[in-house]
Amino acid sequence: MNWNNLIQISFYLAALLLAVKPLGTFMASIYEEKPAGFNTWLGSLERCLYRVCGVRADVGMTWKEYAVALMLFNALGIVVVYIIQRFQGSLPLNPMELPAVAADSAFNTAVSFVSNTNWQGYGGESTMSYLTQMLALTVQNFVSAATGMAVLVALARGFIQKQTRALGNFWVDIVRTTLYILMPLSLILALLLVSQGVPQTFHSGAVATLVQPVKDGTGNTVTQQVIALGPAASQIAIKQLGTNGGGFFNANSAHPYENPTPLSNLLQMFSILLIPAALCYTFGYLVKDLRQGWALLAVILTIFVPCLLWSVQIEQRGNPLLTRLGIDQSATMFQSGGNMEGKEARFGIVSSSIWSVATAAASNGSVNSMHDSYMPLGGMIPMWLIQLGEVIFGGVGSGLYGLIAFVIVAVFIAGLMIGRTPEYLGKKIEAQEMKMSALIVLIPPLIILMLTALSVSVAVGKVGILNPGAHGFSEILYAFSSASGNNGSAFAGLSANTPFYNIALGLAMFFGRFWLIVPVLAIAGSLSSKKIVPVSPGTLPTHTPLFVFFLAIVVVVVGALTFFPALSLGPIVEHLMLNGAQ
Amino acid sequence: MWREQIRPAFMVFIVLTVITGVIYPLFVTGVAQIFFYKQANGSLLYAEDGSVVGSSLVGQNFDDPRYFWGRPSATSPAYNALASSGSNLGPSNPALVAAVRARIAALKIVDPENQAAIPIDLVSASASGLDPHLSLAGAYYQLSRVARLRKLPEAKVRQIVQQNISGRFLGLAGEPVINILKVNLALDSLN
Repeated sequence: MNWNNLIQISFYLAALLLAVKPLGTFMASIYEEKPAGFNTWLGSLERCLYRVCGVRADVGMTWKEYAVALMLFNALGIVVVYIIQRFQGSLPLNPMELPAVAADSAFNTAVSFVSNTNWQGYGGESTMSYLTQMLALTVQNFVSAATGMAVLVALARGFIQKQTRALGNFWVDIVRTTLYILMPLSLILALLLVSQGVPQTFHSGAVATLVQPVKDGTGNTVTQQVIALGPAASQIAIKQLGTNGGGFFNANSAHPYENPTPLSNLLQMFSILLIPAALCYTFGYLVKDLRQGWALLAVILTIFVPCLLWSVQIEQRGNPLLTRLGIDQSATMFQSGGNMEGKEARFGIVSSSIWSVATAAASNGSVNSMHDSYMPLGGMIPMWLIQLGEVIFGGVGSGLYGLIAFVIVAVFIAGLMIGRTPEYLGKKIEAQEMKMSALIVLIPPLIILMLTALSVSVAVGKVGILNPGAHGFSEILYAFSSASGNNGSAFAGLSANTPFYNIALGLAMFFGRFWLIVPVLAIAGSLSSKKIVPVSPGTLPTHTPLFVFFLAIVVVVVGALTFFPALSLGPIVEHLMLNGAQ
Repeated sequence: MWREQIRPAFMVFIVLTVITGVIYPLFVTGVAQIFFYKQANGSLLYAEDGSVVGSSLVGQNFDDPRYFWGRPSATSPAYNALASSGSNLGPSNPALVAAVRARIAALKIVDPENQAAIPIDLVSASASGLDPHLSLAGAYYQLSRVARLRKLPEAKVRQIVQQNISGRFLGLAGEPVINILKVNLALDSLN
């Protein structure tokens, strides 16, 4: 850790926190139908859209209707994304003449993009036509993000309303989220990224004559470099803002076209956490107690910031095996030093480490460096943040509704300790809420650990491993954590584009998403039908530093206890062996 | 309960697909092509005869000692701009140590007198396999070799390197680096 590292981290966090209130207020206004610019200018267009689509915008849905609408819409998304990939060979906008995607890979990608995971078993530039990237993938980048935010807003309504069954209208929520929140932000970000050098073109790749010819693997001389291009900026903008993370190119945001400069990198890192952070404020605004929103953000930062500092320190220290070869890994005026394998020179250590922690915390999953090549503990931090349940920021909407499930668990535990009926935001927490919250907290670890255990026991699972020993186990554990947490980043050495992994990871993503959404909506429905209990001297305040600390402990203890044995077999043992080897 | 949601499901899906999957990317493309023509089309570099020699954002492989070398690339062949990728080698993988040893040996063969410690950027594979940049330390390490083999004064080579530095954004974000392809093109244009 040096001064430059600290300055870069502080600058990033300050910029992020400054945006929380303005954006949070704006989003709350959109959901409360207060005039906020776009919704007044485009209001007639929105109403026209509902007429065309047969949406009765003023009719609220019960939680079951809401869930059915959501599942129908997402099932349709999976089918359409699958079909477009399977027929892209005979569809237009395919200048590189790419063939149809294989069935197992197409299934995996369809679930991946619909579930806001954006796990990519394929290499973008060599697999997907421009049409597929736009019409299938970019669309899901928007609507999967909107789905998560809609569920959060429905849950917030559960707290505000009393003795009502309607939670709002799913169609209205996703249309407004897409048109008024995601679209304007994406337009701005996309154009800023183009200005930095991210391509946005429909031409096929460019062909360059190499300055110095190279030999390929078979000894033939290569004199040309074919450079893949495409309409990348428009997709990259929403991939960051919607915590999607699916890259246009295989190397994701490490690719110099996807993330060309320090400024483009800063803008993208900022966008990764922007909406998840601001939604905390939005939630506080919607439940008419801003302190509650700030308290949730404080819990998130309590866990996030130490991870950030620790990660930078580990990566900056470098690889002891390379130090012994006489390599200079020190940080100087002329180099960032540290563990640079799998990192880009323009980002160095600090911009790579911040990104790895932010992308894992936020369920984004885009990468600007290769997590597989991080030091053992440097790679464990993102993996562990995912395993906490993607609630430290988490996906847009999904992170916060996950954290609220932890809040329910925490007030229940606190209620047991002080001998009072647990309440949160004026609603009694009873058996139904506790059962559903327990499902939300327990389903992801179950999926991750069972599928990891399966994969390391069968030959088709083990054959995909790249790195030997404990690190190979980490690759598989990371893959299922990422899929179940709807993150999408990888220890990418794992060859996951096989029928076994495509199907296993596809199922992990599907259940990791929708098996949580349904219980969340059930909680919303149950809360909404309850009375509001007035605050009394016996009420446990949930905005105090004490509660913030208590909730952080609950999140960490659940995550640590569940995954400590598995992490011991992977990154921890690798760390001990690597340093013991000195 | 679900029947009345079928029509909205299809219609909202179609309408949002048109807005986010057609209008949005086309609009961004239109604006980008008008205002940022060079960047939107890949920041390509052209020779005097108009042919494309590369992109200022996509690195090329150099292993001739008369050129500055960039980051090692894990793609096949090196710097394959159709299949970007890192090595994904873990920190404890013996294959990583072997690869670094081979890179050290290659650097020592072409510059046996140089006793300085080799900067990490020169022996570690980049994340994309297309990294166009190198740390300043990596460039300065190679300076005397390139100057000697090109029979140029070191000051002249140093000047070319320094002309191709891009610094931190506002002095705050990212790392200062040099663009290897641009430096090598500038060196070639001298001879």
